[in-house]
Amino acid sequence: MTAPALADMPTAGGFLLVLAIMLPIAGVLLQFMLGGRQAERIALLVMPAGLAVAVAVTAALVRSGRPLVYHLGSLAPPLGLSLRADGFSALMLMTTALIVGAIGLFARADFATPTGPVEARQPFVFWTLLLALWSALAVVFLGQDLFTLYVGLELLTFGAVPLVSLDGRAETLTAALRYLLFALFGSAFFLAGTVLFYGEYGTLDIALLAARTHPDTTSAIAVAMMTAGLLAKTALFPFHLWLPPAHAGAPAPASALLSSLVVKGPFFLVVRLWFGAMPGLTDLPAAQLLGALGAGAVLFGGVLALRQPRLKPLIAYSTVAQLGYLFLMFPLAGGEGLPASVRMAVWTGGAVQAVSHAFAKAAMFAGAGLIGQALGHDRIGGLRGVGRALPVTTFALALAGLSLMGLPPSGGFLAKWLLVRASIVTAQWWWAALVLAGGLLAGGYIFRIIAPALSAPEQPLPAIPAPARRREAVVLALALVSVLLGVVPFGLTTLLAVGSPAIAHIVPR
Amino acid sequence: MNAEVLFGLAGAVLAGLGLYGLVADPAPLRKLLAFNLLGGGVFLVFGVVARRGAAAGLGGDPVPQALVITGLVVAFAATALAVALLRLLFERTGQTLLDSAAPERTSPDQADE
Repeated sequence: MTAPALADMPTAGGFLLVLAIMLPIAGVLLQFMLGGRQAERIALLVMPAGLAVAVAVTAALVRSGRPLVYHLGSLAPPLGLSLRADGFSALMLMTTALIVGAIGLFARADFATPTGPVEARQPFVFWTLLLALWSALAVVFLGQDLFTLYVGLELLTFGAVPLVSLDGRAETLTAALRYLLFALFGSAFFLAGTVLFYGEYGTLDIALLAARTHPDTTSAIAVAMMTAGLLAKTALFPFHLWLPPAHAGAPAPASALLSSLVVKGPFFLVVRLWFGAMPGLTDLPAAQLLGALGAGAVLFGGVLALRQPRLKPLIAYSTVAQLGYLFLMFPLAGGEGLPASVRMAVWTGGAVQAVSHAFAKAAMFAGAGLIGQALGHDRIGGLRGVGRALPVTTFALALAGLSLMGLPPSGGFLAKWLLVRASIVTAQWWWAALVLAGGLLAGGYIFRIIAPALSAPEQPLPAIPAPARRREAVVLALALVSVLLGVVPFGLTTLLAVGSPAIAHIVPR
Repeated sequence: MNAEVLFGLAGAVLAGLGLYGLVADPAPLRKLLAFNLLGGGVFLVFGVVARRGAAAGLGGDPVPQALVITGLVVAFAATALAVALLRLLFERTGQTLLDSAAPERTSPDQADE
């Protein structure tokens, strides 16, 4: 039909994208070959290599100002499959590499390889799934073919579900099973939409679809089914029922991965679908519906977080709420003739919210894990005096909370500020009101943690074993990144502009 | 009504039945079977798409067939994972329902045995 745009020709350095996917998977294969005794060591070796690849991808994007593209087997779509990294993909790759690395360091104490001759099941499962999740996320962030993305989504689910029930208690098994059933519904719907797209347009490549799609009934049904499936997997209100028990019941390092990274995968695909495969979709009233569901999530998640008696469920409900903000991207970036600067601001706002929430939530779940291990419970009523016993962890929780509330100078503030400004520019003041209300709710539930933690205990606490300095440092580093994102955002805008469909939509095709 | 329309409708009916079971049935094992029905319907529709999209002289477009095979493998893996979880759950609690709040063995619900 149309000649493929220059941006979709293979670029130098495209092989880095293959490495980003293959490195963690090669690690998993090695782990299975060499067994449980080596699993932890292999995971720790892959981490710096994967981070180096993510840095190289990001550097290549910033240097050339164009997306990286790789055609598998040198076959161009529609015959072959292509991998492509735009600014958003590169940012998510970096985030994933950093958080997987940090949580890996943090989890060494929880999932240490036993010294005896007997291999343990839990550490082996954790270290293999950690790398498997990483690879699946890379497929989701880089894939350009809807079916490749479907396989990536499934790999993500298969990695995430066993992490939930790692300790094998009946309660977590139930949570894992419920998560899996929601995810299966999601994958069936995503696949059904893919089938309809193939039947209508004869290709599954996102760049080719973007040039061919036109709004008709079949496309509308396809997009609606795929979006519904993805929402079930990302746990957007009202599909959030599975998330709190699953994320709150998992061991702390697993919760951190699930809440910070795994739920972002399906969200990323909603963005790919709405901005990439069907540009112009955000102009439709359906975008308002996505925004309304996001609003429901912000309010509902926030109110329920206020009512939780325990720390980990509170943090899990906070994830439900924070995911809601991400979906404000869709109504705000819509509208005919919206200036590119506003679209770009919304794009940046959504991306920064995804990343800053990822770091903040990884810090909070890891910190909650340290508190739970120190106290032997995580009841919020029993947190008095924790600030004195675990000062670094409490400080990190407060910093991460800053980002969740959206107070300056955190990354959360930058994201919410960009969204609020866009909602005023586009004369949709209700979204601004929602962001402010969500910030108040977040302030409320963060206060519920920090206030008792800083107050003096009623009776002297029993001697609390201090957590390892290194683990507290990891939690603090994660929280600091989520705050610093708001202080040094200048490079982010440049990176996110690379290959962004938010701008490409304006350019006549 | 030609064969494609017939198979397409059959696929749609299967998918609809599967969706109903997945949403409405309380028992996880039956939900799982319903998921497989739903998947079967989607694969059947994909087969119809392959037939309709075939170039002149060809029996079918090979791309959807390749994708359906991959999809079958994925659906099989998902089913295996769910069954494994369900079996573990049964071993731990003696029942396989999702909704009963925290039964953990001591629950008095032997009523339906």
